[in-house]
Amino acid sequence: MNLNLEKINGCTVLFIKEARIDAHNSGELKEAVLHLIEQGEVNIIVQLEHVRFIDSSGLGALLSGYKNAAAKSGKLALANMQQQVLSMFELTRLNRVFDIYADLNEAFDSEA
Amino acid sequence: MCNSIIQVEVIIPTQTKYLDLIGSIGEHIAKELDKFSGDREALAYHLNLVLTEATINAIKHGTLANPDDTVRITIHIQENELNIKVYDHGQGFDLESVPLPDFDHPKEGGMGIFFIRTLMDSVTYTRQGDCNVLEIIKYLS
Repeated sequence: MNLNLEKINGCTVLFIKEARIDAHNSGELKEAVLHLIEQGEVNIIVQLEHVRFIDSSGLGALLSGYKNAAAKSGKLALANMQQQVLSMFELTRLNRVFDIYADLNEAFDSEA
Repeated sequence: MCNSIIQVEVIIPTQTKYLDLIGSIGEHIAKELDKFSGDREALAYHLNLVLTEATINAIKHGTLANPDDTVRITIHIQENELNIKVYDHGQGFDLESVPLPDFDHPKEGGMGIFFIRTLMDSVTYTRQGDCNVLEIIKYLS
């Protein structure tokens, strides 16, 4: 899975450079986020601009990251979500769990 | 004219790298449906998702010990009905016993069947010969 990690404004931003998150690559995403949290990066923003499709395993991988970050008093938030992807969060009510930001600037303003 | 019938049959090895292919077929079919008057982009996503979830379900329930195992997927569109069948060779499971997700205490798994049930009109899972068949129907009008 093509992932980029950047430190911006003191936040750890994980850019997902894939159009599709499904059961083929969601395990890798879950492991990458878990690895970050184990290294002490517990405040993470996942940037989803390139993602146009997510399945239940992809939602599960992000939920896993959210729970693991929360267990270490951190937070995993989401930014730049495409409408169709957002509709999957709405259908599963996961939009009530995650903080979802229109873009990174909004995320930085809220997380600051 | 306009009674055009689309029939697709795909057989894939039980490997997750083929999920993209199967989902993409559903997405393309949604864009070819002459009679569908609803939100075509939403239908395209939903067919991609449902085919992806049904196929991974079949891969997981298939005989993992057998590297030569396959999953067969058929898609038929006739008149106002889209019919998807996904065949696996595993032990099967009880579709009726799959619970709704607990939205107040969300868990990582168990959302696949929820998506299929919510986005489509009919879902059944039955034993046919040496296969299990997940049959999914979506009415197009």
